[in-house]
Amino acid sequence: MAALDLFTPVLSGGGTWRFPANEPLRLDSGGMIEGLEVGYQTYGTLNADKSNAVLICHALTGDQYVASPHPTTGKPGWWLRLIGPGKPLDPERHFIICSNVIGGCMGSTGPGSINPATGKAYGLTFPVITVPDMVRAQAMLVKALGIDTLFAVIGGSMGGMQAQQWAVDYPERVFSVVVLASASRHSAQNIAFHEVGRQAIMADPDWRGGAYAEQGVQPGKGLAVARMAAHITYLSEPALQRKFGRELKRDGLSWGFDADFQVESYLRHQGASFVDRFDANSYLYITRATDYFDIAAAHGGVLAKAFTRARDVRFCVLSFSSDWLYPTAESRHLVRALTAAGARAAFAEIESDKGHDAFLLDEPVMDAALEGFLASAERDRGLT
Amino acid sequence: MSDIAIREDFREILRLVRPGARVLDVGCGEGVLLDLLAHEKQVDARGLEISANGVAACMARGLSVVQGDADQDLDHFPDRSFDYAVLSQTLQATRNPRHVLDELLRIADRAIVSFPNFGHWRVRWSLLSRGRMPETKALPLPWWATPNIHLCTLADFMALTADLNLRVDACAAFAGNGPARSMNPTGALENWRTETCLFMLSRNGGVPSRELPTASGDLFDG
Repeated sequence: MAALDLFTPVLSGGGTWRFPANEPLRLDSGGMIEGLEVGYQTYGTLNADKSNAVLICHALTGDQYVASPHPTTGKPGWWLRLIGPGKPLDPERHFIICSNVIGGCMGSTGPGSINPATGKAYGLTFPVITVPDMVRAQAMLVKALGIDTLFAVIGGSMGGMQAQQWAVDYPERVFSVVVLASASRHSAQNIAFHEVGRQAIMADPDWRGGAYAEQGVQPGKGLAVARMAAHITYLSEPALQRKFGRELKRDGLSWGFDADFQVESYLRHQGASFVDRFDANSYLYITRATDYFDIAAAHGGVLAKAFTRARDVRFCVLSFSSDWLYPTAESRHLVRALTAAGARAAFAEIESDKGHDAFLLDEPVMDAALEGFLASAERDRGLT
Repeated sequence: MSDIAIREDFREILRLVRPGARVLDVGCGEGVLLDLLAHEKQVDARGLEISANGVAACMARGLSVVQGDADQDLDHFPDRSFDYAVLSQTLQATRNPRHVLDELLRIADRAIVSFPNFGHWRVRWSLLSRGRMPETKALPLPWWATPNIHLCTLADFMALTADLNLRVDACAAFAGNGPARSMNPTGALENWRTETCLFMLSRNGGVPSRELPTASGDLFDG
């Protein structure tokens, strides 16, 4: 990805926030996590009246390194398109926060963390978490950082679910919300693909009922297959066809089961490199959280009711025409509910053939829409 | 419809709208009118626009605009969410103009509606003399390319407003690129001489109330 060289890395702060045992995270399942840890990064400085804070919510397998190099892979920040000098989110003007979701494996408490009660990794004894739980942990962090109201909460995909949940649960603590390529609940197809991924992990003999860490192994093959299946859902058919077609990896067929086709080789690489940076149990827990996600269900089955307290929040919802993971119909459904609730919403479907991942890629129409939305929200917030 | 005619149209709308009001522009294009209203009248401007590029242009201007269309998306707005709902040169392009007009006056106290008058003498003459679908300044496209699927005359429109029990609060006529002219919509000659007309309407007896569109339990089913 040579284009990324164009982006300047951004000076960052952050680390791990440890909450005292008397400040546990209460979970939707009824359980709680004591001694919660939240891994996070920040960029820029909080202004005097604490009105310029932006929370970025990462997607399923994302992390807090939104604008600084990943500590394991060394890859540049994953959203430098949006964040940097002269970009819509500028550390010169904004205080940008991104935290690893709970259940994750980049510094926040998750199934790979040590359970203080046993001294061993949680594994499958880790409680099942939800998207609202993730948001509750973020709200604790934001409060701990001394911020009452966020200027914006921004997220794509699972990050967009968290952004919606912020508006539902903490409407008085968010000024604006950006939801990209997301949905207000998981569809049967979404759940189905996640189940394929989970079964691949659990079918790996090295998964060991989730206790692989203490046995010194890793269900790498299963996790790689899970990633391969999921990766297909992030791309569109035209994008795959354009990138690979039926191109072969070398001259002629192998008449066997090597990676003959470029697309096979690409997926194998995606799977193998994912294993280096992601934990298999985290994948189980986080996919579960998104499968359980259904905002309307907690509000009498009526999505609009979830947003009745969020009338003063400014919403920006963007979908992508070739995204079949969270198709435009899901965003439109959210926007109609926001409209019915009387909230202030902007919504557009961006023409793109890049599939679900388009929200992370070069989409000038999305950039212009986001920039306009954030600029006008900044004026309304008195930041410019 | 020419740019000049649209500008005159907008000028008249700008005159009619109360400062600081809540305005929904249905079919707002790239947000030119909303931008004008926001700057000149400090209105709380919202829009509905069918084209993605139009919406993106509006968002780049910082306007709260939703991609959607008059036929399908008005139903999702709560009762009386706006002081004015504007439908500029779009009524004749909707699938169900009667429903759209009814919805405009459910979600807003006043509807500002403009449309080309199919009763104008040039339209009548064109049809009478050539026997072809009229192509005029107000209706420039051939029949096979026009988005206008529900054209009406001034008299037709007045009949519909009576049928829906609507009150005409203001009306103006436009011709070519000239300024707005006041008119009596039931006047004997107006249906002949008016090329484009603009109405501000309200409902006799106020706005009927309606439940949120959630009868089926979940909006997913809607």
